[in-house]
Amino acid sequence: MADTSDASPLPAHRDLVDERLVLWYFVAACSYMFASMLGGLLMALQLVNWNPISEIELLSPGRWRMVHTNAIAYGFLANAFLGTLHWVVPRLTLRPVLDKRLSWFIFAAWQVVVTSTAVGILLGEAQGLEWGETPVWIDPLALAGLLLVAINFMAPIARMKGALYVTLWYFMAAFVWTFLTYAMGNFMPQYFVSGSSAGAVGGLFIHDLVGLFVTPLGWGLMYYFVPLLLKKPIWSHGLSLVGFWGLAFFYPLQGIHHFLYTPIPMFLQYGAIISTIAVELVVTTVIVNFFGTLWGNGRAVVTNLPIRWFYTGMVFYFLTCLQCSFQTTLTFQALIHFTDWVVGHAHMVMFGVFSMWLFGIMTHLIPRILGVAWYSRRLCEWHYWLSFGGLLVMVSDLILLGPFQGWSWAGLQMWDASIELSYPFWVTRIFAGLAMFSGLLVFGWNLKKTFELARSNVPAAVAVPA
Amino acid sequence: MFEKKSGILLVAGFAFFGIAFLSNALVPALMYRHLPEQTAEQLVNGNLRLQFEDLARRYPDSFEKAYGTPPEDPYEREAWFNQNCADALRRGRKIYVGEGCWHCHSQFIRPVSNEDRRWGPVASSKEYQNELQRPVMFGTRRVGPDLSREGGRRSNDWHAVHFFRPMDVSTDSPMPRYPWFFDGEPDRPNERGLAILTYVQWLGSWLDSYPMYEQYEESPVLNMALEFTDKK
Repeated sequence: MADTSDASPLPAHRDLVDERLVLWYFVAACSYMFASMLGGLLMALQLVNWNPISEIELLSPGRWRMVHTNAIAYGFLANAFLGTLHWVVPRLTLRPVLDKRLSWFIFAAWQVVVTSTAVGILLGEAQGLEWGETPVWIDPLALAGLLLVAINFMAPIARMKGALYVTLWYFMAAFVWTFLTYAMGNFMPQYFVSGSSAGAVGGLFIHDLVGLFVTPLGWGLMYYFVPLLLKKPIWSHGLSLVGFWGLAFFYPLQGIHHFLYTPIPMFLQYGAIISTIAVELVVTTVIVNFFGTLWGNGRAVVTNLPIRWFYTGMVFYFLTCLQCSFQTTLTFQALIHFTDWVVGHAHMVMFGVFSMWLFGIMTHLIPRILGVAWYSRRLCEWHYWLSFGGLLVMVSDLILLGPFQGWSWAGLQMWDASIELSYPFWVTRIFAGLAMFSGLLVFGWNLKKTFELARSNVPAAVAVPA
Repeated sequence: MFEKKSGILLVAGFAFFGIAFLSNALVPALMYRHLPEQTAEQLVNGNLRLQFEDLARRYPDSFEKAYGTPPEDPYEREAWFNQNCADALRRGRKIYVGEGCWHCHSQFIRPVSNEDRRWGPVASSKEYQNELQRPVMFGTRRVGPDLSREGGRRSNDWHAVHFFRPMDVSTDSPMPRYPWFFDGEPDRPNERGLAILTYVQWLGSWLDSYPMYEQYEESPVLNMALEFTDKK
């Protein structure tokens, strides 16, 4: 993969990867997942009027709902991605990142960004941009952080020559896109345009945040870990090319599909719908490529836990994209927009695909970093099944609920009727969420025990403070 | 080009992003460039002023605490009310965003799903070309109803009680309580409470059909269901 024309020996792993940093990123990520799930739980309880603490300003469900999404996007996903990148990029390029001190600085700075985002939101300082509620005074800092991240990781990639491996295409593009997306979404509708134009930019931001930050990093990691764990190359290089370039072209064109039937000009809405359907075809080629890779090793899904996390995520990815190509049509939109269908869709993407992949990666990397096997393989299984089962129930529940709400509204029933019919679904959703939450707790407990195991086995090898 | 740094960075990274930015962000911005953006001061209208002065009458102590006493001179008084009303709108919008109201209430009426019968006229771009729509409050989810035609539909008292404890006026409402908009009682809204009340009363106050009440005709779906049971 890497260009090693000179005959020098391969660099040692310890010179490339700062394992402590990777571990710290993972711990930070899981902490934010914990906070996010608490927020989700609070909102879920509020919806069925079971919220016991509804009179405390700082625990207002409306504010915690924003912490819920932001902690997932910038706390869990970003931290887990950054940790994994610190493992993958140096090993793939055979060169360390630009500066390890910079890496630690970015780590600390990013925690400041995410924590102050949460604090800012809880104090009522949110910005009116979905998935970008980060208070406006943090935005420039976050943007500077993203620039440093790009510089730190681009340094080893820049010194590579010739054609690069698929993973690095996705990463390089993601560094550029994430920076541009963040700047566009947070500044343009706040300072430069308002109204319908701001809506168009806001839709593009919601969309690009998933499509140009989370998706390319996620798929880049799949192109790295799946062949490694299955010990075989990706099935088709041609399909990898189609997948990357198809995503790069079609994905960013779809922003406006988040605001169909708004006053945004109709021809722009049609354009977004057509590219959404087009990207579904691209997604299919990627899925075919990965299942082609798995072909002949199907049992790995049973025996190899990370592979199981990865392929579960891919099935959800296919489903979520398929769902999207239907729900983006105006026919579906009329019914399901504004309903819990969309909430189900969002959970399937953010948890079912990307969080699952990152949990799989953590399951794979943490024993390697700590130098011991997992404390309990059974608890790893519990983590998987609770997360998978909980998510499956939650997503089916919410997606099923969507059309009922839509029909209730279109049928001009009194508004309360849509609340009443949602009740059993919302109760079910709480228990599905609790299953996912306990999956995380199981994982945290397993991680703690494994960590203790590692420290008692080889006290000198692991120098991470508890 | 397809697998090399230059191609990926320049074509995929910058050019493709640029094309999308052009088509999805710049085109709408250019299309509306002749539509002037209104300031909060310009948004104050007669309907809203009526509601704002109603706040002053209903909650005189709260109002005085938040805004002081209006000048005696009628011209100055007029300007004073307008300015405070505009400030309340800005402040109310900030609260609307900060409390996450926009995550459960939308602000646009679609031309489908009988929405114009439930709420009133379908949304149009000029309604959103103002500083209170930076970023725009379209919203993407409706746990509660759309609010863009809410102004004038209900009294300030109704809204005050509803913010204080939603279930008192709307049974089974899953809306959270907002006691921090008040000094302990629903008839004592504080500065934040007055601001959010003003903001809610502003929504739709610019329309000719203001206030737009729901058409309380029986639901056609309900009728169909009744016919069905009759036949059985």
